[in-house]
Amino acid sequence: MICYRDHTVTSTAENGQWYLVLGRNFDVAIVGAGVVGAAVFREAVLSGLSAVLIERGPDILEGASKANSAILHTGFDCKPATLEHTLVQQGHARYCSVHQRLGLPLLRVGATLVAWNNDDLASLDTIARTASRNGVPLTRLDRAALVAREPNLGPSALGALVVENESVIDPWSAPLAYVSQAVANGGVLLRSTAVTDARFADGSWTIGTNPSTIRARVVINCAGLQGDLVEAIARPSPFTIRPRKGQFIVYDKSAHGLVSSIILPVPTPVTKGVVITRTAFGNLLLGPTAEPQDDRDNATLTQGELQALIRAGEKILPDLAHHDITAAYAGLRPATEHADYQIEALAARHWITVGGIRSTGLTAALGISAHVMALYEDTFGPLRPLPDPLWPTVPNLTQALPRSASRPGRSPIVCHCEAVTQSDIAAALDDPLVPAGSIGGLRRRTRCMMGRCQGFYCTRRVVELACGRLPGLEAASHDA
Amino acid sequence: MTHDVIIIGGGPAGLTAARTLLRGGVRDVVVIERNPECGGLPRFCQHPGWGMLDFHRVWRGPRYARALVHAARGATFLTDCAVTAIEPGGIVQVNTPHGAQTMRARAILLATGIRETPRAPRLIGGMRPFGVLNTGAFQELARFGRLPFRTPVVIGSELVAFSALATARHAGARPVALLEEHAHLSVPSVVGHAASWRYRVPVRTATRLVEILGRDRVEGVMVEHRGRQALLPCDSVVLTGCFRPEATLADGNAVRRDLDGTRGPIIDNFYRCDDPQVFAAGNVLRGVEHSGYVAREGRDAARAILRALSGDLPAPTPYVSVRTTGLGYVYPQRLTGVGQTARLFARDSSVARGDLVARDASRRVIARRSGHTLLWPRLDITLTVPDPLDASHVSLERETAEP
Repeated sequence: MICYRDHTVTSTAENGQWYLVLGRNFDVAIVGAGVVGAAVFREAVLSGLSAVLIERGPDILEGASKANSAILHTGFDCKPATLEHTLVQQGHARYCSVHQRLGLPLLRVGATLVAWNNDDLASLDTIARTASRNGVPLTRLDRAALVAREPNLGPSALGALVVENESVIDPWSAPLAYVSQAVANGGVLLRSTAVTDARFADGSWTIGTNPSTIRARVVINCAGLQGDLVEAIARPSPFTIRPRKGQFIVYDKSAHGLVSSIILPVPTPVTKGVVITRTAFGNLLLGPTAEPQDDRDNATLTQGELQALIRAGEKILPDLAHHDITAAYAGLRPATEHADYQIEALAARHWITVGGIRSTGLTAALGISAHVMALYEDTFGPLRPLPDPLWPTVPNLTQALPRSASRPGRSPIVCHCEAVTQSDIAAALDDPLVPAGSIGGLRRRTRCMMGRCQGFYCTRRVVELACGRLPGLEAASHDA
Repeated sequence: MTHDVIIIGGGPAGLTAARTLLRGGVRDVVVIERNPECGGLPRFCQHPGWGMLDFHRVWRGPRYARALVHAARGATFLTDCAVTAIEPGGIVQVNTPHGAQTMRARAILLATGIRETPRAPRLIGGMRPFGVLNTGAFQELARFGRLPFRTPVVIGSELVAFSALATARHAGARPVALLEEHAHLSVPSVVGHAASWRYRVPVRTATRLVEILGRDRVEGVMVEHRGRQALLPCDSVVLTGCFRPEATLADGNAVRRDLDGTRGPIIDNFYRCDDPQVFAAGNVLRGVEHSGYVAREGRDAARAILRALSGDLPAPTPYVSVRTTGLGYVYPQRLTGVGQTARLFARDSSVARGDLVARDASRRVIARRSGHTLLWPRLDITLTVPDPLDASHVSLERETAEP
């Protein structure tokens, strides 16, 4: 049992935590534990508010935030003077200032925006002008300099712009660290808890969820792909989620050295285009596609698009053809009919809307959270930031820094591809702050089954260790 | 201190090599195994058929694995130790329970085996629920009584697919079907019929897995047969076969891989890699062959190492490189030792007929082997190593590559 601030948390799943909610009237209830919800939750708790984070999935990051390109953007290509641009830059800066205290990686690899034809080459100037208006100076490379920087690029690369500060981060550990810090400082996380309805009376919301009700003075809607549906609780939603699917391919670690930076294409008005980037875990990532769809729950892989993606990747980096594919995944981005983020405080409704956070959400999250708390303070009253908050750290999963598997006295290695030890898995299952809530959550916290064999060697051990702790792993009973 | 030989991987190839080295008088043989125990993949294969070539018995997998370990007694076994890199100079970096260690040996044998192709490289569409796994994981779960599935669908028709059926039935599960994308099974069709009857599982050829359904757990698969799609309810998908070398360690400085062919390390006719102190044997060379064959390779590589230790191997350079036109792969990729007899091993990438011929750089036929092959056959041809000064390369091909 570990004691944290104003309540005691045992290492149980949330179904044992309802006593934390009963009879309480929270300052804020945040709906949706994606990266934005996680950052807002942290900010609210650190601002001295009592906060509850409500997530319908069995773990955090089960929606849009589980699949992205893991890049910490500079915002060089944002439309100037938009909220997105401001918050991307703030988010980037704040991530850089807190990442070490939370144990989060930051790989400053930089980006190379490559022109593949004369039209691309012509638009480099425009991009450089926009970037300089956004306060991000870019360096122009001619073909020779580009080849010197990225020798493995395809032969049709003509020139490039270099964006120094584009960085690579761990897309799952960052939000986990935000939620962990919030919980350590008194925040309440409720997973497997779907909001069914909510009533506003006497300056307070009563939120109906499937197991019980939660009372809070202000609701913050960070529901991502469900954003417009949750928004409809407070008002007719001013935006509609139009999910855009992105499929990604993860190449084997042998391909990691093919590029030294993030390879960006010249963006179109609709999408940033197909990117090749190193990952924090030592792989090479190719993607995303951009496919509008209606289904906001299911992101399916499709063979045709994956094949097209591979072809596009091999055009950028012909040597990819020699490397194995480790994984493929698909995610949904909660785009709306608006180009910009939809963030607004409704004073009369005790409601803050945080919607339409597109693919830049991972970068902008800490900027968004600060912005939301500023809105809160302006609208609902003063904040009293915690004088001396706790700073729990998350385990390092990146290759660049020492992993637990290389420490003397380590426990047996369970997953060899990703060097995950038995105690890493136990720690994720038993974490006193945010224990893994699903097999996907366990994979994201430890990287077990995420390597090149995709569980060929470690599935049995992982199932053994997690059985009874995570749903759906019990041995099936047979009547045969 | 410098060991005589470090063997990376304690499966059939590595253990047989250890046994051969010890019998050949080498004292200091270290077997590094990343799992808690040696024995390799046979440990999880409950069906009989193991040990026929090397022990002249018919055993189940676990019994065979124990026999391999027993026969290699005298070696030092380092289990739960994972080699993270092979470096020039006979150096291996090892992750041990006591921290990272650097070990050194006069010769290193890479015998890291294989794994099956997971989902992603197969580009299977659909959702990504829990319950899509390879035979390796499926059998290990079943072996330990932990199988959380009742109704798997088995994809592929290499022998291992039928092994998966046996495991499933043995564990009390009821496989829904075995699906093969091609019009023919990868095994002789009589095997398919027999297994279908024995395990009461429909075997469907020309049936492709299109999409996996289910959010958290597998709920079914969409399959396509002759242009028509159908939904097949199941609770797991076992992706069998398409074995590939577990050759990560060959991506470093000391050893390179044959990326367009075997995908395993490049070796010469003495199982010797780029770095002449490093040797490779077994399934890491090219994907799956049966354990007896693999064990024989372990033995042969160990014999080459014995010669190397006594300074008796031909120099690694100059060499004649080996290529292929039209075949899936060929190895060894290099030949040294002018005038010696060498064997080339290859596999066809499709059904083919016609004589197998080896030509030198001037297109002269220097070896020929007649005979047709059935599906996915193993081929070999014996030749005399030409002088590298006369022939820069040897090409292995079919004289008439008509299907």
